[in-house]
Amino acid sequence: MTEPTTPLMSAESAVPQPAPLVSVSGLAKSFGDHEVLRSIDFEVAPGSVTVLIGPSGSGKTTVLRSLNALDVADAGVVRIGEVEVDFAQRPVTRQQVATLRAQSGMVFQSHHLFPHLTVLENVTAGPVLAQRRDRSEVAEEARELLRLVGLEEKSDAYPYQLSGGQQQRVGIARALAIKPKLMLFDEPTSALDPELVGEVLVVMKNLAAQGWTMVVVTHEIRFAQQVADQVLFMDGGVVVERGTPDEVLTRPRTERARQFLHRILDPLD
Amino acid sequence: MNEQTTQLILDSLGPLLRATVTTTIPLTLISFVLGLVLALGVALMRLSSVRVVSSLARIYVSLVRGTPLLLQLFIIYYGLPALGVRFDPFPAAVVAFTLNVGGYAAEVIRSAILSVPRGQWEAASTVGMGYVTTLRRVVLPQAVRTAIPPLSNTLISLVKDTSLASTIQVTELLRVAQEAAAPTYEFFALYGVAAVYYWVVCLVLSFVQARLEERQNRYVST
Repeated sequence: MTEPTTPLMSAESAVPQPAPLVSVSGLAKSFGDHEVLRSIDFEVAPGSVTVLIGPSGSGKTTVLRSLNALDVADAGVVRIGEVEVDFAQRPVTRQQVATLRAQSGMVFQSHHLFPHLTVLENVTAGPVLAQRRDRSEVAEEARELLRLVGLEEKSDAYPYQLSGGQQQRVGIARALAIKPKLMLFDEPTSALDPELVGEVLVVMKNLAAQGWTMVVVTHEIRFAQQVADQVLFMDGGVVVERGTPDEVLTRPRTERARQFLHRILDPLD
Repeated sequence: MNEQTTQLILDSLGPLLRATVTTTIPLTLISFVLGLVLALGVALMRLSSVRVVSSLARIYVSLVRGTPLLLQLFIIYYGLPALGVRFDPFPAAVVAFTLNVGGYAAEVIRSAILSVPRGQWEAASTVGMGYVTTLRRVVLPQAVRTAIPPLSNTLISLVKDTSLASTIQVTELLRVAQEAAAPTYEFFALYGVAAVYYWVVCLVLSFVQARLEERQNRYVST
């Protein structure tokens, strides 16, 4: 369990560490008999990028979806900023779920844009329909976000008229529009044609450079190497290795991590 | 066709048209709109995770679909007075048809809601929408696309089913035709005119359906 660190207490260390924006402890989850997560712990410093890697079925997507309670964990505590939910305390109320969920923006593997709404309406959907903010003010912000992801000229298009990469960039803008504290990415490039992956990663890299706190599930090892502050390698529902990209990706300590990276980087070998 | 029959047909065109416009069409539209509202409620109940709620909805749908519409009309008009509930013919017909549409359309709406991918609910909730907002702004607008063809079927069937109301004193199209034919024995001519009127109403509805489908396709690649 982590003690809440006050500024006074952290003054003892030479370099004061900012309190983590996200703390996860003892996160556990089963689907039926299958134990997907067994006691996951980690912290995310504000403004940092955490990348979760690991074989499929390792539980990394479930970790991500537990951070906004799209999957409700069986046990464990998730804290984002001031909001803390203890999943062992049942029942987890709808109000708790909504409050936790409001802390983060989510980007899905298959974007899940609203097909019946234009690009601009997709981006304004959260602020206008859920947060009940003024439509014209929100539209101005939404155009700004579309400029950020390089799609301002597509405001009036419908999602089906866009390429996969463009759709995913709209998905990022839509998630940013609710002004979350944290951005979650669930394999944002896995469903894309290879030549469209780059444009999405560039947008994500820019967000990281702007100081967004991000948790990213991905198989893009080069992205992790360049952008991540912290890499967690998961397998079998546990975090097997954690550290800087250099530690986990270049000099992995465990055989499991070595094998996984080898399979990803040299699939034919 | 002799002159007398021709004259009878010409004379009947007006009254039959009046019956169509003042009774058959309003009966259809009122029952359909009320039935849709009921159906949406029943569909949401069917989708509820609360067992009692979904069971109630299931029983309702089963009763409506498992009994003849004519019998439902009779129960409401001739049967309910025994329990002290008395309707005039037209309101009795509206109640019966509303309940009937409510049962059939509930299944259509339920499956249309289920046809919207789960990811849409998730995406809506991650941008902060609750159940009602998600339903209104995300799920139902997409479900409509799936529901239009089968709901059009329900509506078109209803137009013709309203002829059953002739059996409970509602002076709708078929009954006016019957009344005009009875003294003259010109059944073929007058029922023929009635058939053409029903057909025209259904043609118009089919046309409206096609336009609605076209409109719904604006956001999908075809």
